[in-house]
Amino acid sequence: MIETAIFLLFALLAVGSALVVVLHRNPVYSTMSLVVTLVSLAVLFVLLGAPFIAALQILIYTGAIVVLFLFVVMLLNIGREEIGQHGGMLQKVLAGVGALVLLGMVGSASWGLYGGAVAKPLDEDFVSLTTLASELFSSYLLTFELVGLLLLVAVIAATVLAARPRSGERVEQEVEVAAGPAAGPGPVTATTGDAVLPREGVR
Amino acid sequence: MLFDLLATSVKLVFFLAVFLAAITPLMVWVERRFAGLIQDRPGPNRLGPLGLFQPIADVGKFFFKEDVMPAAADKLLYLLAPVLAVLPALSTFVFIPFGPAVEVGDRVVPLVVSNANAGVLLFLALSSLAVYSLVLAGYGSNNKYSLIGGIRASAQLISYELAMTLAVVAVLIPVSSEAGSFRLTEVVAYQQGHLWNVIPQLLGFFVFLVAMFAETNRLPFDLPEAESELVAGFHTEYSAMRFAAFFMSEYVNMTTLSALCATLYFGGWDLFGFPEWAAAALAGLFGPLWLWMGLVGMAVLVAKTGVFLLLFVWVRWTFPRFRYDQLMRLGWKVLLPLSLLNVLFVSAMTLAGVY
Amino acid sequence: MVPVSWYLLLAALLFAIGTAGALTRRNGITIFLSIELMLNSVNLTLVAYSRLLGDHTGQIVVFFVLAVAAAEAAVGLALFIAIYRHRRTIDLNRMNLLRW
Repeated sequence: MIETAIFLLFALLAVGSALVVVLHRNPVYSTMSLVVTLVSLAVLFVLLGAPFIAALQILIYTGAIVVLFLFVVMLLNIGREEIGQHGGMLQKVLAGVGALVLLGMVGSASWGLYGGAVAKPLDEDFVSLTTLASELFSSYLLTFELVGLLLLVAVIAATVLAARPRSGERVEQEVEVAAGPAAGPGPVTATTGDAVLPREGVR
Repeated sequence: MLFDLLATSVKLVFFLAVFLAAITPLMVWVERRFAGLIQDRPGPNRLGPLGLFQPIADVGKFFFKEDVMPAAADKLLYLLAPVLAVLPALSTFVFIPFGPAVEVGDRVVPLVVSNANAGVLLFLALSSLAVYSLVLAGYGSNNKYSLIGGIRASAQLISYELAMTLAVVAVLIPVSSEAGSFRLTEVVAYQQGHLWNVIPQLLGFFVFLVAMFAETNRLPFDLPEAESELVAGFHTEYSAMRFAAFFMSEYVNMTTLSALCATLYFGGWDLFGFPEWAAAALAGLFGPLWLWMGLVGMAVLVAKTGVFLLLFVWVRWTFPRFRYDQLMRLGWKVLLPLSLLNVLFVSAMTLAGVY
Repeated sequence: MVPVSWYLLLAALLFAIGTAGALTRRNGITIFLSIELMLNSVNLTLVAYSRLLGDHTGQIVVFFVLAVAAAEAAVGLALFIAIYRHRRTIDLNRMNLLRW
């Protein structure tokens, strides 16, 4: 009874904030709505008997990944999306229809397979971390090491990609320092230290 | 079921009242008097004996100050930021134990508000949510200095979070190899049987200490709210009660992290068996054992936390501030390798059977 | 008790919302967020199946999906920063150098 109530509450919250993520114009609001979605999904993970995964979701996803998103949004001062796009309506309608078709297909498949099946009640062994960890480090050890290697590669790639380009001529350029949400009338300009941006045609 | 609910709420109220509600005003007074002591001046001494009523005056000031909001600020985010500051600070303390498992009637109740299996992990997860308040405050204020403060804060917090998590992992390795789980009650029980964790894991303790300072934005890592450099950093545009929310959340964060440090490295509520002996002696006089156990254990925990809070204040008024690139370099190039070394060392010792 | 298929339906709904977002929006960051939403819906499906079948494999795969999503987010955002330096915009409709 309580479980159903908690599920309904957080499922509605997840769907609502997912809609805000997808529909809102301001990227900062979209990111914060994603945080709400992730936290409600973490609660649903706890309901499904995976508290460790829920803790990891909050620690890694909301604690680091979405912070990275926010950091980049504010660093680059990504403003609201411009309104008005040629042929935009057709694209939106088609995307909506496509999403509904996808939902119908996946939904009917999963409902048809398991219908109203209820899982057996949780026991201590399923929820315990020891069983999960022993399985992770025995059957999936190779995958674990490979994912570690993948993360190392990602760190190196991100560092290299985001590093300042070392072109021959260092050009001081005026860039618009982010002035927050009201980037409308007269954003304040200031010179950053050495923004190394090669001008067009100078190589 | 009902008994569990009642027990949890009693523990919750007790912990909240003693730990957070009592410590925060005390910290305001301690900070200012201790600052005066270090700087060879009296500090506030007008209100009450030794200036003890100063926090009351501060609260009154916060209530009556004018509440200003910048016209071009992003209203929702600006208003949300102080709330988001208080929530993680006030929710992380539930995992800290303040006594052993006591018998209440016919049930055994562990003296911790939430004895979750992944307790430490949830603690770290909830404390990592504190980044959002800083970032949103910086962004929503529509102010250059606030935005820079907010961005610096986010980078600083996620960098030092990593070193802190690894230091905590090193503590949990011998505990879980002996007890099978890593609840914080098991960590305290482990330290009752062996030395306090600070002695075999001194390096991890220092890494955790430095990361603790960085996580709470206290000097020498308070660049996001640097007073002399960024006006007031991410909370420039906040006044009155909203500033009080940030202020309070900083002290609560400090308190909770100090309590965690005391639990992980200094034995938590245990003082070489003294609390249990004292509680038994007092219960022999009058009153139930579980009540005295809770009170004595809480007193020891508060004392240890107080030592760390004093250290926080002491360091604040002693050291200059780190520059931003020095801060990043310290977090990634110094603390992270040191904490990894610590984990390696502890794992080797645990496998060799020394721990 | 909540039937497991409710979780599966919820995950399918979130996946559909994420897909619609990824196909419709112009802002690069929002598309990225929609993709993260899709990944999370997959996580929910995996955990639900793990609960239904009593097997831990689902949770372990979620663990790996979390790590891979982190790696992808880091590299993707670094790419966005690099693109922004040159094109001054993240609007994906402006990334049209390869169009005919």
